[in-house]
Amino acid sequence: MTTSRSPSGRAWQRFRRNRLGYWSLVLFCVLVVSSLFAEVLSNDRPLIVRYEGQTYFPLVKDYPETVFGGDFETTTDYLDPFIREQITRGNNWAVYAPNTYGPKTLNYFAESPNPSPPTRANWLGTDDRGRDLLAQLIYGFRVSVLFALALTVVGVLLGVITGAIQGFFGGKTDLAFQRFIEVWGSMPELYLLIIFSAVFAPSISLLLVLLSLFGWMGLSDYVRAEFLRNRQLDYVRAARALGLSNGQIIWRHVLPNSLTPVVTFLPFRMSAAILALTSLDFLGLGVPPGTPSLGELLSQGKNNIDAWWISMSTFAVLVITLLLLTFMGDALRDALDPRKQDA
Amino acid sequence: MSAPMNALLDVRGLRVAFGGNAVVHGIDFSIHAGEKLALVGESGSGKTVSALSLLRLVHNAEVSGSAFLQGRDLLKMSEHQLRGVRGDEVAIIFQEPMTALNPLYTVGDQIGEVLQLKKGLSVAQARAATVELLASTGIPEPARRAGAFPHQLSGGQRQRAMIAMALASQPKLLLADEPTTALDVSLRGQILDLLSDLQRQHGMAVLLITHDLNLVRRFADRVAVMERGHLVEQGTVTDVFAEPAHAYTRKLLASKPDRQVVEVTDRTADAVPVLQARALRVSYPVPLPGLKGWFRKGEYVAVQGADMDLLPGQTLGVIGESGSGKSTLALAALGLLPHQGRLSVTGTDWRQAAQNGSARALRQRIQVVFQDPFSSLSPRMTVEQIVGEGLLVHEPSLNEAQRRERVVTALADVGLIQNPAQGGDWLQRYPHEFSGGQRQRLAIARALIVGPQVLVLDEPTSALDVTVQKQVLALLQRLQRERGLSYLLITHDVDVICAMAHTVLVMKDGLVLEHGTVDQVLQSPGHPYTRALVQAAA
Repeated sequence: MTTSRSPSGRAWQRFRRNRLGYWSLVLFCVLVVSSLFAEVLSNDRPLIVRYEGQTYFPLVKDYPETVFGGDFETTTDYLDPFIREQITRGNNWAVYAPNTYGPKTLNYFAESPNPSPPTRANWLGTDDRGRDLLAQLIYGFRVSVLFALALTVVGVLLGVITGAIQGFFGGKTDLAFQRFIEVWGSMPELYLLIIFSAVFAPSISLLLVLLSLFGWMGLSDYVRAEFLRNRQLDYVRAARALGLSNGQIIWRHVLPNSLTPVVTFLPFRMSAAILALTSLDFLGLGVPPGTPSLGELLSQGKNNIDAWWISMSTFAVLVITLLLLTFMGDALRDALDPRKQDA
Repeated sequence: MSAPMNALLDVRGLRVAFGGNAVVHGIDFSIHAGEKLALVGESGSGKTVSALSLLRLVHNAEVSGSAFLQGRDLLKMSEHQLRGVRGDEVAIIFQEPMTALNPLYTVGDQIGEVLQLKKGLSVAQARAATVELLASTGIPEPARRAGAFPHQLSGGQRQRAMIAMALASQPKLLLADEPTTALDVSLRGQILDLLSDLQRQHGMAVLLITHDLNLVRRFADRVAVMERGHLVEQGTVTDVFAEPAHAYTRKLLASKPDRQVVEVTDRTADAVPVLQARALRVSYPVPLPGLKGWFRKGEYVAVQGADMDLLPGQTLGVIGESGSGKSTLALAALGLLPHQGRLSVTGTDWRQAAQNGSARALRQRIQVVFQDPFSSLSPRMTVEQIVGEGLLVHEPSLNEAQRRERVVTALADVGLIQNPAQGGDWLQRYPHEFSGGQRQRLAIARALIVGPQVLVLDEPTSALDVTVQKQVLALLQRLQRERGLSYLLITHDVDVICAMAHTVLVMKDGLVLEHGTVDQVLQSPGHPYTRALVQAAA
């Protein structure tokens, strides 16, 4: 007994021993972190430009075309062959992102009509408006994952708080909350989304609020059950006999011992949230038009069935994302399984 | 290697391992027809695993050795052959009849199934035989009970039904795995007598697995003692009990707790009680059936009109069966349950304290140690957090270093560490790294650190092995002598009462049947129920 591990520390050991789950977590983290730097990976603006002895950072600052010898006061289009030549001739140089398209950049110089199949310019082809598909996927993945994270965090917070209140206080409080959840849960979520997207201007935050309003109920049931079980255990009674307040008992004793289902469901909730956003976008009820989105790409794939590169690559991104999350969830469930505690 | 001709079951070199970890290291024993052998040991000694692995009933176990049942090796049989043996030649009674019976079928159906399967009776024949079997186990109204579901029977009746089920196939050998542990004390004797009677009638052999030496003395012909997977001693009960050869057997036999308490003197007798109850009544709301239940709740009275006085430096023992209201009394004394009547700690009434906001100060004076050492410590807190928690509430002015020092002192007080200097190693450990006895010491340290005058001990040793029980009781007695603590001791165990209590309260069905000094109550019990309790423990 040289080192002493907490129960969560031992669960982490068991999780690490599951190689599929562990490497899924690593890969997923790498993908998410690199998508956070999407602007560096895929952008129509150069990262740095050295022009006539001056250094410019188009990534963070807008420069009019006149700076680079153009004719207009408008923001520079760095994909314009003329500008491109201006900033690369002589001693001038520019560092472009690996993929030289942003999520909204239209490729006016494509060699074939839109949607264009994969070419050297557009590695995965373009969509029906001439936007680069790879850029769309990178930014769409980022939107999906960040949205899912936010939705999961809000849902977990709401679910844990409501579940804790019901389970810990029980009795009439529990009864009232349960009836409220039954009423609330029977509201037609999809109709509400359609109505709200007609009334308000669609935005990601509105979507987040609407989905969060309904996303906490499943989890609150699990937390409630855990609290009901844990609150009558002897260590809670002993804490009461010591004179701890309800808040202290919940925070120090019951909550840490009731979080197993919450942690187990995290990856599955993430993948459910990604799927929800994708399907809403597919139906046109999701993010506002112009926002890069996997669902909208799927719907384009459906409308342009012969443009196989759209549907195939979007499908691949979705499958890989959901698969990684599922592998993580499986490993986590095994790691936290009370029947395997001693393994 | 052939079995002795006259042995019914002959086990040679039995080894059991789980994933390469041996838990039974090659044991030999044999049972003759019609013999009663007791396999004794503490928890983890491998006694249950040894017996159940003979019938391959232990999941994931790697079993080797030989076990000849009338010349056929059980360990070399195919699964199909073994199925013929189970419940036919060898039957089993489990510890917990509530989980050993299927809750979805009536008791009669479950017994009848055995008769139809093993004896090939028709449905009608089986039904008649079932009633007969139930009658032979002494269940009142056997015909009606056959149609009852397990939850409709009492604990004792369920165990009788289990016995009837085991006897249905007229086995040659009965494995009884702690058959009375889950039952109340007064029922244990009855079930054991029943087993003895039936054993004689049917001439079957019984292998009794138990940790309770009283049972062995009353029941068995021969005894085999197991310690950590080794069979350390076997012989006839009279020989082993009279002249135990092995040190471990001697330790087990000497595990009856000693009485080392400061006896009552005239001077202490009229001191002011530290815990006093007058006409204490505690009730729970229960749902009423039908439409009535929508509008009002029924009431279950757990404690009715209890009076008690606990004097400083003394122990008040509360004895009773499960459901007698003794644990409710303990929770009420801790101020954790709403109650009627007067209940005061060191002169302050709980309800008054709640009104003027001094309840938290009162909690410092009365602390608790629970029965189950596994659920009484939060698994996600370190020793330092668990033991030091009371200081956060009652002495918030301490800084971290002072708190740690107090925790180390408390750990030394309960004998977990020998000198405070080595304490640092212990503080960051989690409860799962400790044995049951160590955990119980941790629970005592948690209670002691706030400096209480009264400790409520709710079955403090009944989840522990006998040798550990003795140590924990000795610790409690030492703490009482050194600090003048008062104990409210809740237990079902007459031996514990004998060792610890100055005065005794006997409870049944929420009522106090009898109270007085420990000598009065145990030597000359006034109530027939108390007599039965004392007799059952003897």
